Amino acid sequence: MSFYFQVPLSSLPPGGVGRVVAIHGGRGPSLRLRRLGLRPGALVRVATVGGWGGPVLVEVDGCQVALGRGLARHILVEPRGPSPGDGH
Amino acid sequence: MATDRRGAGKAGRSLPRVALVGQPNAGKSTLFNAIVGYRALASNFPGTTVEALRGRANVGGRRGEVVDLPGTYSLLGGDLAERVTREFLLSGDVDAVIQVADASLLGRSLALTLELAELGIPMILCLNMMDEAEHKGISIDVDALADLLGVPVVATVASRGQGLSELLASLPTAKPARRPPYTADVERALARIAATLDGDPGAPIHRAAQLLGGEGGQATLDPRTARAVEEARAELSQGRGEDPGVILADERHAQAMRLFEAVARVGQPQVGWRERLDDVLMHPVAGYPFLVLILLGLFALVFWAGGTVEGILSPWLDGLSGRIAAALGTGPLAALLGGAWDGLAAGIAIVLPYLVPFLLLLAFLEDVGYMPRVGFLLDGLMHKVGLHGKSVIPFLLGYGCTVPAVLATRILDDERDRLVTAALAVMIPCAGRTIVIMGLVGRYVGPGVALLLYGGNVAVVALAGWVLTRLLPGEGPGLILEIPPYRRPRAKNLLGKTWLRLKGFVALAWPLLAVSSGLLALAEALGWARGLNASVRFLTWPLGLPSEAGVPLVLGILRKELSLVMLDEALVGGVAALTQAQMIVFTVFVLFYVPCLATVGALGKELGWRRTGLVVLGTTAVGLLLGVLVRLLV
Repeated sequence: MSFYFQVPLSSLPPGGVGRVVAIHGGRGPSLRLRRLGLRPGALVRVATVGGWGGPVLVEVDGCQVALGRGLARHILVEPRGPSPGDGH
Repeated sequence: MATDRRGAGKAGRSLPRVALVGQPNAGKSTLFNAIVGYRALASNFPGTTVEALRGRANVGGRRGEVVDLPGTYSLLGGDLAERVTREFLLSGDVDAVIQVADASLLGRSLALTLELAELGIPMILCLNMMDEAEHKGISIDVDALADLLGVPVVATVASRGQGLSELLASLPTAKPARRPPYTADVERALARIAATLDGDPGAPIHRAAQLLGGEGGQATLDPRTARAVEEARAELSQGRGEDPGVILADERHAQAMRLFEAVARVGQPQVGWRERLDDVLMHPVAGYPFLVLILLGLFALVFWAGGTVEGILSPWLDGLSGRIAAALGTGPLAALLGGAWDGLAAGIAIVLPYLVPFLLLLAFLEDVGYMPRVGFLLDGLMHKVGLHGKSVIPFLLGYGCTVPAVLATRILDDERDRLVTAALAVMIPCAGRTIVIMGLVGRYVGPGVALLLYGGNVAVVALAGWVLTRLLPGEGPGLILEIPPYRRPRAKNLLGKTWLRLKGFVALAWPLLAVSSGLLALAEALGWARGLNASVRFLTWPLGLPSEAGVPLVLGILRKELSLVMLDEALVGGVAALTQAQMIVFTVFVLFYVPCLATVGALGKELGWRRTGLVVLGTTAVGLLLGVLVRLLV
């Protein structure tokens, strides 16, 4: 897979893993996300996705964070294929 | 420990004061309760504590004061919790800080340690939830961490009381943590700003980092500092092509990760029921039926338990009431005392059967960690009414009591979301209103209709949200909510929390019920009630209620359940004398009109009085409108 292939976090399927490349969408949310470990270079795994256009549940730095779909669209990731420990 | 009053001696503050600082959901309140006795609500969701709470304890062999501060990821940001914590620490009125860190999230917690190091306050690092870290396969070299940071580090499991005496014993050895340097260009920028801060007391590096990061009131700076800040920020962001606040956060994170890698080894995590539970409860499809089942199960359990206890309690209380009435005889004084007893009896009959099981089950859901998951599941639906999933937590708390629900809106990051959520949370039927729904509609009309009222209430709240968010445009940035692991609830915490909430209810409600009921009985005995009722006829007439409902509705502003108890007193033959339609209309109006006084106070504090006035008027209009509508339909 080419290393410059980038997609929004919101389009990763459940179980999908990616490395964060960039976070757009304002300084406030961006800083708040960084404090939870979502920063360029971080490895994230999508655990599940909520119904009705609901949030994306991501695992990052050993903790789970629910991100609204809109926010997740502003986080660009480089997909890494399914995680080895998928399904725990 | 907490009741000992010795030690308040010389002028000013004579007790050593220790503050608990930490990231949300790291267990500060659990630790606080374990040290000073049950004072703070502790729950398994981020942001339970919204205000600094104080308690007394034996601190390193001396009597001291312990302060539980709201959870915060950082000391530099502009969030409410961040501001409360920062201002408290900068007031200079703290002798030492215990940083409570979730050991299973050590890397992230150390970023806050580094910010505390910049403050220069003597500190101890408490690695809490060590059991959780082991579960995740993380082993931490506590001594190595203490050496690197230059502060005492103590491992604890606060929920089981492990390590607490060691923690308190090490307080006298608290020291400011060592601050590792940033990269050279950042240090240069910080030094440039710090050099202009000579008049500023306290911690110049902390202040410089705050200003360099673009936080904290540039408007009030002296011109020399303002210029230095502007130049340093411009130079740094030019050199790196990134916002200085982001650069600082990233560097601190990198330092924290280096520390983490030096002291921790990450092995294979254990997989157990907690990991498997979310496969079902947070499933995009299966999660929803389970949500409905859990909430319905909660209500069913409360009403089953309540009905059972009430069946035992009621005959006993009725018998007692009969004997008291017989002993008192007649006359104004007898009416006053008899009325007061009836009010108190109603308070007992309400509190014990329904409120206790409800509060226990709510505490269970909070402690197990289900609340944030409901926020996750309902985020998509909440967007349809212009809010997001975090608002669900205040709403759920609102079924217990509206006051904590209004205070819990502080967990929301956006001002407009806070306003709308608080305005809507006020309309959620609290325990007091549940008493009216169950005691009147549930008992005399049928449980199905009572359930319909709950459903209708949700629909009205959703509609009001839809309207409000269109009147107040500007949707916030969206949901950012940490989902903590499930935790096994501890009986001690469940009982402590239920007792704390119950105490608040009993201390306020029982005297109020007794006094109001006594005065109402007296007013009736003296023939004054008629005039009072006539003055609120403008409300009772359009609703088709008997004029005797006037005073009870006014008293309902003090406490919602008071309206039902008083109505029962005021009507000849009790509430059973009402038609079923009147019962439904009365209940609908009570559900929505003016929030109780305690809620109005909380709203005033959180939203300001003008907005509170609007909420009071708006909800009363909704109550009247719906009441009339239901009257015409039923």
